Amino acid sequence: MLRYTLLRVLGAIPTLLLVIALAFLMVHAAPGGPFDDERAIPADVAANIERAYHLDEALPKQFARYLSGLVRGDLGPSYRYRDHTVSELIGASFPLSMRLGALAMALAIAVGVGAGTFAALKQGSYLDRWVMALSMTGISIPVFVLAPVLVLLFAVKLQWLPAGWSGTAGASRLVLPVITLALPQIAYIARLTRASMIDVLGRDFIRTARAQGLGTLTVVRLHALKPAMLPVLSYMGPAIAAILTGSVVVEEIFGIPGLGQFFVRGALNRDYTLVLGIVVFYATLIIFLNLIVDVLYGAIDPRVRHR
Amino acid sequence: MKSIRLFLLFVVMLAVATSGCSGDAPDSGVVLQRGLASDPESLDQHKARSTQAADVLRDIGEGLVAYSATGELVPAAAERWEASDDGLTYTFHLRPEARWSNGEPVTAAHFVFGLRRLVAPETAAFYANLLDAVVNAPEIVAGKQPPESLGVEAADELTLLVRLARPTPYIVRLFSHPSTFPLHPATVAEHGNSFARPGKLLSNGAFVLDAWVPGSIIALRRNEHYWNNEKTALDGVNHHVIVQDATELNRYRAGELHITSTVPPDNFAELRAQFGGELRIAPYLGIYYYGFNLTRPPFKDNPAVRQALSMAIDRDTLAKKVVGRGEAPAYSWVPPGVNNYEPTVFSFAALTQEERNKVARRLYKEAGYSKERPLRFELRYNTSDRHTKIAVAIQSMWSEVLGVEATLINEEFQVLLANMRDAEVTQVFRSSWIGDYDDAHTFLSVLRAGSASNMPRYANDDFESLMQRAAEQVDLDRRKLYLEEAERVMLADHPVIPLYFFVSNHLVSPDVRGWADNVLDYHYSHHLSLSAAD
Repeated sequence: MLRYTLLRVLGAIPTLLLVIALAFLMVHAAPGGPFDDERAIPADVAANIERAYHLDEALPKQFARYLSGLVRGDLGPSYRYRDHTVSELIGASFPLSMRLGALAMALAIAVGVGAGTFAALKQGSYLDRWVMALSMTGISIPVFVLAPVLVLLFAVKLQWLPAGWSGTAGASRLVLPVITLALPQIAYIARLTRASMIDVLGRDFIRTARAQGLGTLTVVRLHALKPAMLPVLSYMGPAIAAILTGSVVVEEIFGIPGLGQFFVRGALNRDYTLVLGIVVFYATLIIFLNLIVDVLYGAIDPRVRHR
Repeated sequence: MKSIRLFLLFVVMLAVATSGCSGDAPDSGVVLQRGLASDPESLDQHKARSTQAADVLRDIGEGLVAYSATGELVPAAAERWEASDDGLTYTFHLRPEARWSNGEPVTAAHFVFGLRRLVAPETAAFYANLLDAVVNAPEIVAGKQPPESLGVEAADELTLLVRLARPTPYIVRLFSHPSTFPLHPATVAEHGNSFARPGKLLSNGAFVLDAWVPGSIIALRRNEHYWNNEKTALDGVNHHVIVQDATELNRYRAGELHITSTVPPDNFAELRAQFGGELRIAPYLGIYYYGFNLTRPPFKDNPAVRQALSMAIDRDTLAKKVVGRGEAPAYSWVPPGVNNYEPTVFSFAALTQEERNKVARRLYKEAGYSKERPLRFELRYNTSDRHTKIAVAIQSMWSEVLGVEATLINEEFQVLLANMRDAEVTQVFRSSWIGDYDDAHTFLSVLRAGSASNMPRYANDDFESLMQRAAEQVDLDRRKLYLEEAERVMLADHPVIPLYFFVSNHLVSPDVRGWADNVLDYHYSHHLSLSAAD
């Protein structure tokens, strides 16, 4: 087991190195630099700035410098946020993005599965039609339309909820962003659940369960829910992807200082270290999470270790 | 198998996403809520660059001089100053009651320390060339002289001497710029380059830095030791970083902001109808222009064609209908309202657009172009709705009046900047310029031969010598004449097409007292106060 884990960890290092090298080349290949502006800097001043940030060195040397910093866990200073290190910015913004995404996902599963199940049970009823119509709307409205509409309604007109993020954060500030992010997923999950639930409810084993005299809720809870969840479960992957990419837009609209916003800004500002730092962070995270899953699999199913 | 794997992945992620969000700013007392269009790069005044950074720094720190709410130069850390007869030495007398936020007095030595740090090459300050007129400043920036040789000197605790290499009448105004603010040497020595963080940064202005959450908020609270603290009405200021103008508008509508940094450019008429007097539009020291690349055909050595293109643009329609936020059409390079200056305007400014078009057609024909053989070139601008609207409008004006075939190319901002700087592919490009200080020099010097911002690569010996003579002039009236003449010479060459002058636009809540529009768009928070509207 230990040997298996070690091998997996060692195997991840070349992948990570490749990602870093590619990202490094790509950010430096983009035209312009972090200090370009309409207000161009005089040559003497520009030379001093490039020296201070080691941008005057040859690319291989800069890459070596970056790697040696990375080994020591130093992602470098941000070029745009000059009082902050990249690690600080990621450390502050990632938990926020994570919280937003996790809450949206949880909300989407809870509401989506619930609504889908009820629609399936009341198939053909008004409730069913309403749920389906609403979910169709939810799927077709893009986030960048939905968000301003929600803000206009709940923040500007009704003044129930805050319109955007602020440093003086209360839980209420997360409500609109989480709903915006979750709504399209609720819609998808509701439709998936409904379809698969209707399918499962028609099976023989459900009829057997009913024949034993069990109530509808008990049948659903004990027998139907589990098999009906399989298509929903396989939708989790695309859903996580949609929420991750969607959060960039939602963070932008609500002004939430999450990782997505820093990533986009970093790319536009040619903030080399910030962009690289976030890429390295994401890559490490994904590799690490996969590693954990692999190791867990290995622990659960010994056959995996020998494959 | 795969779905279970993804689900496990999600569960692990959910587990990571526990709690932990920082930066709750205290909202005690009377706190002004302002929008800020982007994060400052830094609150180290020498690493800062943007106007947003300057807005915050002007709340925290104080230079020798400052501006009143209406935009007049007023004494600040210096209570008075005088210039020598040759205009080469300025003596600033500091206010004895000025204090840092830890209670220590602000002395002339702190100004000397700050100014030397500004020009020292290892500081790598963006505004290192701001004080080029001070003795030895350019040599220090270039690394040829030590920072100690800078022509500033603390004659005693409260007297600062500034020696200039050439008379520079606007030098006093430069000492309102945040990069010239004093620095507390012991703080910089103790914390090194991270001295500008909450809890470390000492300030000599009306407010102290309380908290900074990048991408979200900069919270300031009252500086109890500020010499004029009695006059400060606010207990705190929150600068909310809001990049999207639509988001900012929503937050203003929801009552979460007292002042916005801008307003969205669309539906301006609606905004005006809805907000009335809360919408503040004022002339601003900035120009939007198209530049010609003077090193490449077809515009190299071709002033007549450049003039034809300039004249064929109906600037009034452009400013009123296309841009439409109260911007003024530009017939000069220096905006109106600049201190001690009367902008020279194009000779064709007095003509009607019809008459201008007629002249433009003649010039175009004389240059050898016609319907069968139209002038073709590329117009580059950076991606944005506003720039696209303007470019499309101008493209069609050129096409209608002259039959020019301009190809529109929109590029990401950094790509456009790189292309402008290299001057290898550009022909016509969009750009703009915001004045650093209230003087014609900040605009005219852009087009000098050695200027890094001279994107058209304009060079004219007459213009250079007039600018040089203006720079050597002590007499303000004669300097003004030289500068105006320099602008006239430059405009006649048509290296640029000035299109319109910027306006500042803010929404200001009726609760805010003390707001005044000014051409610099400086709005020090300590000039403002809040009162319940009802």
